[in-house]
Amino acid sequence: MITLIKIELYKIFRKWRTYIGFAAVTFLILLIQFAVSIGEKDAASRLTNQLSDSFLMVGNLLNGYFISYMILNAIIVNIPFLIVLVAGDILAGEATAGTYRILMTRPVSRFQVVLSKFLASLIYSFMLIVWLAVLSLTLGLILFGSGELIVFQKGLIIFAKDDIFWRFILAYLMAALTMCTVASLAFFFSSLVENAIGPIVTAMAIIIVFAILSAIPIDFFQTIKPYLFTNYIFSWNLFFEDTLNYTELLKALGVLIGHIVVLFGITAYIFEKKDILT
Amino acid sequence: MNEEKVIEILGLTKKFKNLTAVDDLGLTVFKGDVFGFLGPNGAGKSTTIRMMLSLITPSSGTIKVFGKSLQTGRKDILKRVGAIVEKPDFYKNLSAYKNLSILGKLSMGEVSKTKIMEILELVGLEKRYKSKVKTYSHGMKQRLGIAQALLHDPDLIVLDEPTTGLDPQGMKEIRDLLIMLSREKGKTIFLSSHILSEIEIVANRMIILDKGKKVIEGKVNELLNKNKLKVTFEVNDMNTSKNLLDNTAWKDKIYSSLDNKIVFILEPEEIAPLNRYLIEKNVEVSAVIPTRSLEEYFLKITEKSK
Repeated sequence: MITLIKIELYKIFRKWRTYIGFAAVTFLILLIQFAVSIGEKDAASRLTNQLSDSFLMVGNLLNGYFISYMILNAIIVNIPFLIVLVAGDILAGEATAGTYRILMTRPVSRFQVVLSKFLASLIYSFMLIVWLAVLSLTLGLILFGSGELIVFQKGLIIFAKDDIFWRFILAYLMAALTMCTVASLAFFFSSLVENAIGPIVTAMAIIIVFAILSAIPIDFFQTIKPYLFTNYIFSWNLFFEDTLNYTELLKALGVLIGHIVVLFGITAYIFEKKDILT
Repeated sequence: MNEEKVIEILGLTKKFKNLTAVDDLGLTVFKGDVFGFLGPNGAGKSTTIRMMLSLITPSSGTIKVFGKSLQTGRKDILKRVGAIVEKPDFYKNLSAYKNLSILGKLSMGEVSKTKIMEILELVGLEKRYKSKVKTYSHGMKQRLGIAQALLHDPDLIVLDEPTTGLDPQGMKEIRDLLIMLSREKGKTIFLSSHILSEIEIVANRMIILDKGKKVIEGKVNELLNKNKLKVTFEVNDMNTSKNLLDNTAWKDKIYSSLDNKIVFILEPEEIAPLNRYLIEKNVEVSAVIPTRSLEEYFLKITEKSK
């Protein structure tokens, strides 16, 4: 199984489309940090001016943690579109290339093949978030230094310097889980067709439709909202609350993991029964 | 010939909605056979091969390979099978070497560089082993297809039209390779083709498939009727010729006569004496055209399928 996963990862990382996600994330982080860096004084004064009416502000507010938090908030909603580029291609890409014929005539079970591909797509999703985390935090802390983190949740919360890092780690893990759900969705569509464009576009469309439905303030949509995975794209924010809301966290974990398990289960079933005709 | 069954197919049927691609097919391949699987395009050859390799599920029927059911012993069977299914497709952005390395790992767990290079040398690709497959011609991909089929030293080699796209020299090399694998290494080869002459050169047993159904199965020598031929004599005067033949033993060998063509069923050594007889009797013979009955039949079904 390990060999199969290694092979799948090798195949993924030998495709240029795999690097679009990393390139986009790198570009955005560099751009945001550069933009903040050149307008640092203005941004810092704007931030402190807004708060100085109510608080006595000391120390470095515009620090690496704040920038990383801001970056995660800004780009997490767009990362699914980068994830589907790879996850949507992983099964359908073999069909398009005709390589199922050489792959599936080897002495490996279909379940092993689909599982290794699935795990490889999850690993890719995880790596993209790890890259986002490492680049964002490292560069942020180097350029802007450390300090307390101010976040605006239901109110203003300020986290002490030594109470931040673990929150970021868990927040990035939660973001990775959300992206794994997106990858599972694209992977599922990838098993249905023989061209990678279809699953990529369909998964993107689903994400957009779900996000729109979640935002419409109509009772029916609000009733189904908790069951849509798009509702949990910002669940990483739960780790930046003063007191952790374990009920909400467990709910988010349940829905996201549930989606992953169900989507993979259906995909594996389809793949087991699939006639390889390409 | 050892009569150990390597492939045993019974009542194999595959339906795609309203189309029956393979219809109640049965065949047996014995150890050491080079088994020709002949049929025109669309006869159901590739569908059968895909079922034999578990790429598609049969609608009904059973497939046993090495005495094991494909349904229950798929993994064990595929360890001993090397195959090319239709056109050779590979991971185009990887080199030939890397493709073989990946496929070798899937088949055997690990494969040495020496082994890969040996196989590449066997198919004449050793100088291009580092090149990405996307830079390969169709013929080179076909050779690489054969290389991946042979990589794990399988007992059964299933080849679906392996000479398609090769130049005449390449076709000959592949045929020679198949003959060598069969005769010197005792491999069993299941060779699909739509070219009768190819099967005739390489195979010892064969089956003809048409519209998903078995038309004929047996030994190539017997089926191709090597001893008896259908021979057309084109003559200048049909009436004179027929009158001359009426009083001879040749009369019983006439199959048909139409226009200026008299068709006989003859042993190969009878052609010259008959020709001599007609000439001596002042009949002008403008052409003598031998045709084997199976070849004629196969051409007919091939024409129909176009």
